[in-house]
Amino acid sequence: MGLIGLKAEVVDNLDKIGGQCIELYPDKPIYDIPALPSCTGESLTNNLLEQIKPFKTNFHLNERVQEISKEENNWKIKTSGKKVFIAPNIIIAAGVGSFEPRKFSIKEAEKFENNGIYYSIKDKTLFKNKKICIFGGGDSALDWAIELSKFAEVTLVHRRNEFRGAEHSSSVARQLEKEGKLKIKTPFQISSIEGDNKITSITIKDENGKIEKIPTDCILGFFGLIMKLGPIAEWGLNLDNKTIPVNTENFQTNKEGIFAIGDICTYPGKLKLILSGFHEGALAARACFKLARPNEKYRFEFTTTSKTLQGRLGIKKSD
Amino acid sequence: MPKITYIEHNGKSHEIEVPKGLSVMEGAVQNNVPGIDADCGGSCACATCHVYVNEEWFEKIPKKESAEEDMIDMAFEPNKFSRLTCQITVTDELDGLVVKMPSKQG
Repeated sequence: MGLIGLKAEVVDNLDKIGGQCIELYPDKPIYDIPALPSCTGESLTNNLLEQIKPFKTNFHLNERVQEISKEENNWKIKTSGKKVFIAPNIIIAAGVGSFEPRKFSIKEAEKFENNGIYYSIKDKTLFKNKKICIFGGGDSALDWAIELSKFAEVTLVHRRNEFRGAEHSSSVARQLEKEGKLKIKTPFQISSIEGDNKITSITIKDENGKIEKIPTDCILGFFGLIMKLGPIAEWGLNLDNKTIPVNTENFQTNKEGIFAIGDICTYPGKLKLILSGFHEGALAARACFKLARPNEKYRFEFTTTSKTLQGRLGIKKSD
Repeated sequence: MPKITYIEHNGKSHEIEVPKGLSVMEGAVQNNVPGIDADCGGSCACATCHVYVNEEWFEKIPKKESAEEDMIDMAFEPNKFSRLTCQITVTDELDGLVVKMPSKQG
């Protein structure tokens, strides 16, 4: 978009830039990006960010696009953070949907959500002197168990004896357990939550049916994130099993000015590869140009020779 | 061709012939068996192809590696027979394998 002279505003429900690459496989090696013999999800993200630096793209993180509506020749886009954008084009590059916390599966959990059950912590002081049960075995669970144990009565519950979080955090937690500052219950999973208007206790169960009841005020669940299609399903777009059919000429959906690229789009022969996303984006961007600048002719140029493109990239050439 | 039986949470059973070399996940997805989402496409990164392997089969299939065990932490209602189907490759030895899907994947 930046190269062809269009401005993009990027809205992402994650708290960081990079989508699945940064959330699902930041450290895993990737070997099939052309001209990059190997990289990781994180290094790919960082390189792309470096490459788009000249375009000064605005990112709106921790926000999800909730509603879209047609307004004359534009789309009106409303986000969960109450931002409104008016734009001729929307590109949906949403993968398998927006990332949301995985939640407890038992039915009482819904009733207590945000009233005793939390999946993230915004203000840790709210947990002072509380009885807290933390579930999970990754870094978030371990880090918060260690942190909150300084001023609250914490029990860390995990489904197996091993923690997958950083080894150091795991040994700190075990040390705190020895010192009696943190309780660790493994291998246990939640079985039920007791309480009427507020949580009073929880019951946990192991594989052999052994049951323990723990008095508690609140429960924290850190089970990672899952992708949900979310409001996209309500925008009147054709859907095919959680993906959006597009034409391969310009990656437009069934609605003019709405494009879909990357894992979320589908067409005959679609490959869910990062490689494909680049190609799809290049074609969609040029189609966006036609709608954004109907009175201008799009001129195809190469970055190797075009002064215009090099200007947009901030490259100053001395002749 | 090896036959794999996928049993949905509601008990509906799907007996599918899956070519050797595919993963048990691909066998389900390519044949529109509901209950296996495979959001990440098979890179052991999302835990939405989670199943419970039939008890008698659990010891017979190749053991899980630590990356899979870590990922199962995030699966929906895991138990000791939990596996991620993207990490199980179909071979002749797996002919007759039975897996059950959880009530949902997340």
